[in-house]
Amino acid sequence: MFRKAWCAAALAAAMLPAHAQDQTREEVKILQQRVDELERRMQEASAPKQSENAFNPAVSAILNGVYSNLSQDPNTYRINGFVPTMGDVAPPRRGFSLGESELGIAANVDHLFRGTLIAAIQPDGSGVEVEEAYIQTLALSRGFSVKAGRFFSAVGYQNQIHAHAWDFTDQPLVMKAFLGGQLNDDGVQVKWVAPTELYVDVGAEFTRGHAFPASDPDRNGAGAVNWFAHLGGDIGASLAWQTGLSYLTTSPRERVYDDPQSGTSNSFSGASKLWALSGVLKWAPEGNSTVNNFKLQGEYFRRSESGELTFDPAGAALTDGYASRQSGWYAQGVYQFMPQWRVGYRYDQLDSGTTSIGLVDSGALTAADFPVLAGYKPKRHTAMVDWSPSEFSRVRLQLARDYSRQSQPDNQVFLQYIVSLGAHGAHTF
Amino acid sequence: MRIALLLILSVFSFKVFALNVFACEPEWASLAQELGGDKVSVVSATTARQDPHHIEARPSLIARMRAADLVVCSGSELEIGWLPLLLTQSGNNRVQPGSPGYLEASRYVLKLEVPTTVDRSMGDVHPGGNPHVHTDPRNIARVAKVLAERLAQLDAANAATYRSRADAFDKRWAEAIARWEKQAAPLKGVPLVQHHKGFTYLINWLGMREVGDLEPKPGIPPTTSHLAGLVEQMKKAPAKMIVYSSYDDPKAAQFLSQRTGIPNVMLPFTVGGSDRAKDLFGYFDDLVARLLTPLQ
Repeated sequence: MFRKAWCAAALAAAMLPAHAQDQTREEVKILQQRVDELERRMQEASAPKQSENAFNPAVSAILNGVYSNLSQDPNTYRINGFVPTMGDVAPPRRGFSLGESELGIAANVDHLFRGTLIAAIQPDGSGVEVEEAYIQTLALSRGFSVKAGRFFSAVGYQNQIHAHAWDFTDQPLVMKAFLGGQLNDDGVQVKWVAPTELYVDVGAEFTRGHAFPASDPDRNGAGAVNWFAHLGGDIGASLAWQTGLSYLTTSPRERVYDDPQSGTSNSFSGASKLWALSGVLKWAPEGNSTVNNFKLQGEYFRRSESGELTFDPAGAALTDGYASRQSGWYAQGVYQFMPQWRVGYRYDQLDSGTTSIGLVDSGALTAADFPVLAGYKPKRHTAMVDWSPSEFSRVRLQLARDYSRQSQPDNQVFLQYIVSLGAHGAHTF
Repeated sequence: MRIALLLILSVFSFKVFALNVFACEPEWASLAQELGGDKVSVVSATTARQDPHHIEARPSLIARMRAADLVVCSGSELEIGWLPLLLTQSGNNRVQPGSPGYLEASRYVLKLEVPTTVDRSMGDVHPGGNPHVHTDPRNIARVAKVLAERLAQLDAANAATYRSRADAFDKRWAEAIARWEKQAAPLKGVPLVQHHKGFTYLINWLGMREVGDLEPKPGIPPTTSHLAGLVEQMKKAPAKMIVYSSYDDPKAAQFLSQRTGIPNVMLPFTVGGSDRAKDLFGYFDDLVARLLTPLQ
C-alpha cells in the first residue's frame, strides 16, 4: 500500500508543475527519515534480547586428570624436618587419578559488589569443598578495595593462584611446608593501591585462622592476621616485574600433628610468624607473548614459632617449651619456545634451621621421640614441558626428583591434562 | 638559594591535565588525543606489536587504571582476559562498566561476524561479533562522536573545546575517507588471505574478498596441515596477497608466500604498527598504500 502511494507520488511529481514538486521533496525527506529510523532499529536489534537468563552469572568448570608414576608410596609422604601441616600436600596416588574438579560462578551482584564462588569437587566422593566464596567491592574509590568471605590469602605469590593456572603440576615445597598446601581462610581483606606511576599496594587480612599455621580458635577476634605489600612496574616494553612482602601472624592453640614416622600425635600452642618475600619477572619481546615469552618466579619463606609442645596429649601428655626458626625458597623459570609449547625448571630447597624441644633438652624424652622434626634440608628438582593447543586446554609432562623424605628420594613422573569449560576469568599477573 | 627553589618547583610542578584517559588499544588513544588535544593525558595499555587478546594484567596497568577518568576499549570481549582484572584491582569507581567513565567502542558500530551459535570448538570466537572494529575508518568516525560527547560530559568546563575539535576532526576525517576510497578503488573484489580475522572490517569497507585465514580457527596458531590445504586452494584459485598484522608471527604468511608465489604484506594492526602509522590518518594512509603494493 505504501509502495502504491509512493509510486503515485513519484508519478504525480513527474507530471505536476513546480509548486507541487516541493511537496514531493518533503515526502522524500520523510522517507529518508524512515530509512534512518529503520537503520537505527537494526542496530538495536543486534543487542541481546532481554530475558530472565540474560543475567546468568559466568559459569566455568575446570577438569583435570593425572597419571602418576612414583618410586615412593605417596601415603608415606612427609617433609622431614618440618611439622606436618595435616594439609593436602602428598603427591597424587600412583597410576591414573582424577584431580579435583573446579566449579566457578562469578558475576557482578549489583553496582557495588562482585561475587565469586569456586568450589572443588573431590574425586574420591569426600564431598564439595568451598575453595573461595567472596564478595569484593566495585564502587570504592581512591584505590581502596575490600574482599570478604573465603579467599586465598595474599601470602607470598603463588598461594593466590588457582591450581589450574600453576606452571607445574604441584605447588612449591614452601607452600607444602609452611601453608599446608594452599592457604584459604574466612575473613576480610582490605587493600589500597597508591596513586603512583610505580605500582604500590598495601593491605591487611583479618581472618578466622581455620587451618595451618593457625588452629581455628574459638574467639571473637581474628585468628590470623596477614599484612602485605607489593611493588611492580615495567622495564621498557619487554619486561614487567612485581615483588611482594607479607607477614602472617597467628597464635595456634593445641595445634595437633601426627608424626608419620612414630605414629604419635603431638600438639603445639604458642605464636607462629611467617614472612614471605616473592618476586616475579615476565619477559616477552616488545610485550608480545605470542611466540616467545619467559617467566621467572621465586619466593622465600621464613617462619619462627615459639611456645609449648605437648607430647602425646591423649596419653603421656608431657609439655615443655618449643621454638623453631625455619626457612625455605624456590626459583622457577618457564620459557615458551614456540607457540603452544613451554618448558620449565624449578628448584626447591627447605632448611629445617634450628628447632629446640624442651622435652628433649631436659632429658624427659629423646630426639627419637620426634622423628619427623629431626634436622634436615629437603630439596627437589622439577622439570616440565607442556602443550596448550588453545587457551582452554593444556597437557603437561613433569619429571621430578623429590628429596622431601630423608634418604628416600622419590622419582616422580606426572602426565596431566587441564581443561577449562565455559567462561574463563582473567588471570592475575 | 633562589635557583634551588626554582629547581624544586620545576620538579614538582608537572602539567595538570583535565582528564586522564586510559585506552586499551592505540587507535582509541590516538582518537582521544585528536579530540582532547592538550586537555587530556592519554595512555595506551597495549601497542601495535602486542596481541590485544593476550595481555598480562601487569602491575603498571593497574597503577594507570587507578588514575584513569575515562577508559576506552574495543569491547566485544576482546579484552576479557585482562581488563576485568585491572578494573576490579584498581579501586577506581569512576571507570567501572556502567559509569560514564567506561566506553566500549564496538557498542556504537554495526558489528560483523556476529555468530548465531557459539562453541569453543569454533576457536576463540566472540559472541558479540568481531571486535576489531577500528580497521574501518567509518567506524572511527562513529566512535569519535560518542567519545567527544563523553569527554564533554566528564569535563564540562572544556565541553566546547571537545565539541569544536570533534567537528574539525569529523570534517578532516570525511575528506580522508573520500581520499582513501578513491585510492583504494582498484582493491574492489581483490581476493586475499589474512592471518587472523583482524582486518575483516577493512576488507568489508574496501570491498575486498577474503578467501582464507592462516589460522585454522580464530585464535588457534596456523598448523602445517591447514597451511598445506591453503597451498592446494591457492593453486586452484590464487589470492592476490597474504596479509598479516604487526603482532602476528610472520612465519606462516612467509611460508605460504614461498610455496605459492603470492606476495605477503605486513599490515600495521593499529597506530604505531609501522613508521608511517604515527596517528590514525597515517595508519589508514599506510594500510591503503600497503594493500595497493602487490597490485602494482
